[in-house]
Amino acid sequence: MPERITLTVLVSGRRATVVEIQAGQGLIRRLGSLGIRVGQRIKMVSRSFMRGPVTVKVGNSRVAVGFGAASRVIVEPEGEGK
Amino acid sequence: MKVLLMGNPNVGKSAVFNRLTGASVITANYPGTTVEFTKGRVKIAKEDAEIIDVPGTYTLEPTCRAEEIAVKMIDEGDIVVNIVDATNLERSLNLTLQLVKRGKPMLVALNFWDETKHTGVQIDVQKLEEILGVPCLPTVAVTGVGIKALIEKIPGAKVSSYDFEDAERWHEIGKIVESVQRVSHRHHTFLERLGDASIKPFPGILITLGVVVGAFEVVRQIGEALIGYVFEPLFENVWAPIMLKLSAALGGEGFIHDILIGRLIGGNIDFRESFGLLTTGLYVEFAAVLPYVIAFYLVLSILEDCGYLPRLAVLADTLMHRLGLHGMAIVPMILGLGCNVPGSFAIRIMESRKGKFIAATLMAICVPCMALIAMIFGLAGEYGAAALVPIFAALFVTWIVLGMIMNRFVKGEIPEILLDVPPYRIPYLKGLLKKVWMRIFWFLKEAMPWVLFGVFLANIFYSLGVISFIGRIVSPVIAGLFGLPPEAAGGLMVGFLRKDVAVGMLAPLHLTMRQIIVACVVLAMYFPCVATFAVLLKELGFVDLLKATAIMIISALVVGGLLNLILSLF
Repeated sequence: MPERITLTVLVSGRRATVVEIQAGQGLIRRLGSLGIRVGQRIKMVSRSFMRGPVTVKVGNSRVAVGFGAASRVIVEPEGEGK
Repeated sequence: MKVLLMGNPNVGKSAVFNRLTGASVITANYPGTTVEFTKGRVKIAKEDAEIIDVPGTYTLEPTCRAEEIAVKMIDEGDIVVNIVDATNLERSLNLTLQLVKRGKPMLVALNFWDETKHTGVQIDVQKLEEILGVPCLPTVAVTGVGIKALIEKIPGAKVSSYDFEDAERWHEIGKIVESVQRVSHRHHTFLERLGDASIKPFPGILITLGVVVGAFEVVRQIGEALIGYVFEPLFENVWAPIMLKLSAALGGEGFIHDILIGRLIGGNIDFRESFGLLTTGLYVEFAAVLPYVIAFYLVLSILEDCGYLPRLAVLADTLMHRLGLHGMAIVPMILGLGCNVPGSFAIRIMESRKGKFIAATLMAICVPCMALIAMIFGLAGEYGAAALVPIFAALFVTWIVLGMIMNRFVKGEIPEILLDVPPYRIPYLKGLLKKVWMRIFWFLKEAMPWVLFGVFLANIFYSLGVISFIGRIVSPVIAGLFGLPPEAAGGLMVGFLRKDVAVGMLAPLHLTMRQIIVACVVLAMYFPCVATFAVLLKELGFVDLLKATAIMIISALVVGGLLNLILSLF
């Protein structure tokens, strides 16, 4: 079983795939419209600092997500060295 | 014919709008620059068409107010020009396909076409056109590439023939992207690496410090240079002799003379103290304030267009949450440093009532506008950092403390930041200069009447003895609490109209350093100028503004009193 973690603890520079978003329709839709949806590959650009937002790379764009929302996004990190 | 410009936030709708209509809407490189729709006119195929710049939206299932406005607009339009970000095709197509379902004639403009090259994206426009069944074309709105073709193609807008199951929308998008887009691998550019570095706490906070110090220095240097080499000589060498002639022609005294020229000091015009409409009134606006306003808007526009502000928003998010706001609230604060009026409009960027209230109140109390800052530089400058540091430190500390207090007592949720951080872009010089010019022109148009009216009123007050009368009444506060001479009441009265004129009225009083510090802080806090007040009334509503005003007055009394007390210990 691959490791599943919340987006808030993904290390900077690491890639991962979004596997679940534990939130209501509204937030799922808002995240989705910015590219954060189940099945999408993302890369951590800047990790949360003092419960601040995380910034991830999705496709060609960077999206900043508040700590609360990010902690509802479950990702599966890809192996090291990729 | 009504043509709607629709697309995701920050894809350049306003830039397309400006190009199409020749109008001047403020554009910037961050999402949410346009919060209300703007209308303009253009001739398309010899027909008069109305172009509407709709606020950006990611989806037609609205998630905020700006998006609600966008969705309501659709029914009114005849043709939709869907502007998409060519470097972010997948995300953009989400809105495109939702627009397709509305069955309006539409066409698609692939903007930021120039950026596809270095992002390694190749899009087959022909193929996209075939799939969607609507005209598609590449554009670079800021420089105007593709705009002529766009105008020519608008009459050819078509209802899309693309049919799909709405529940399968993302799947459909995936299929389209796969067949029209090739992405080649490429290395990160320097701007990209810098962009990512400035969003990380380290080195982002260091970069921010550099930007803030750099911006401050540049504004100060440009401002001082403009005053010293351009405006001051102009007033002293060109305007003063004309005014002296006018003064002589008016007989050197009398009511009209005193209103227009003011008091001659030692037989000469002293632009700081004479206090006539044509002397001090113009001098305050053009020689003291305008140079700093020019410098500020130049620096602000560069920061806006290169895409620095959203990064600052992300970095500041943690701090702003403590104040009951979130990161994007730095936008109204920074705009407020230029002038609180556009700052007040920008509080719409806050989604909740709590956010709007706190942002507006904090800005009105603790963010001095450039006109006020310029005059503070003029008045307190001779004491240097010893006077300037306490003034701005007091405002900053109040901003933090008051924000934390309001966060505790104002009911409501703080929404979280969810923000597309655009890439760094090198500002397009012509567009940048046009924006700076627009802002300066706007500032003069807004400020000038109030400045002249303020100077006029100050003169009337003086000659009727109103100031000494009021000064006596409020002397327990002015003298007792703040340690100011009773005549300072005049400045505080005119400060309701314009802060710059108010500080100008303090100049002839020859205050001590402590009095200058207290007076400047109180002037900044106790009330915004009328122009700001009017906008806040519209944005907050009467009841909330009344509460905000009470907070302003209390803050000014408490902070002014404390400052006077603390400074008297030294």
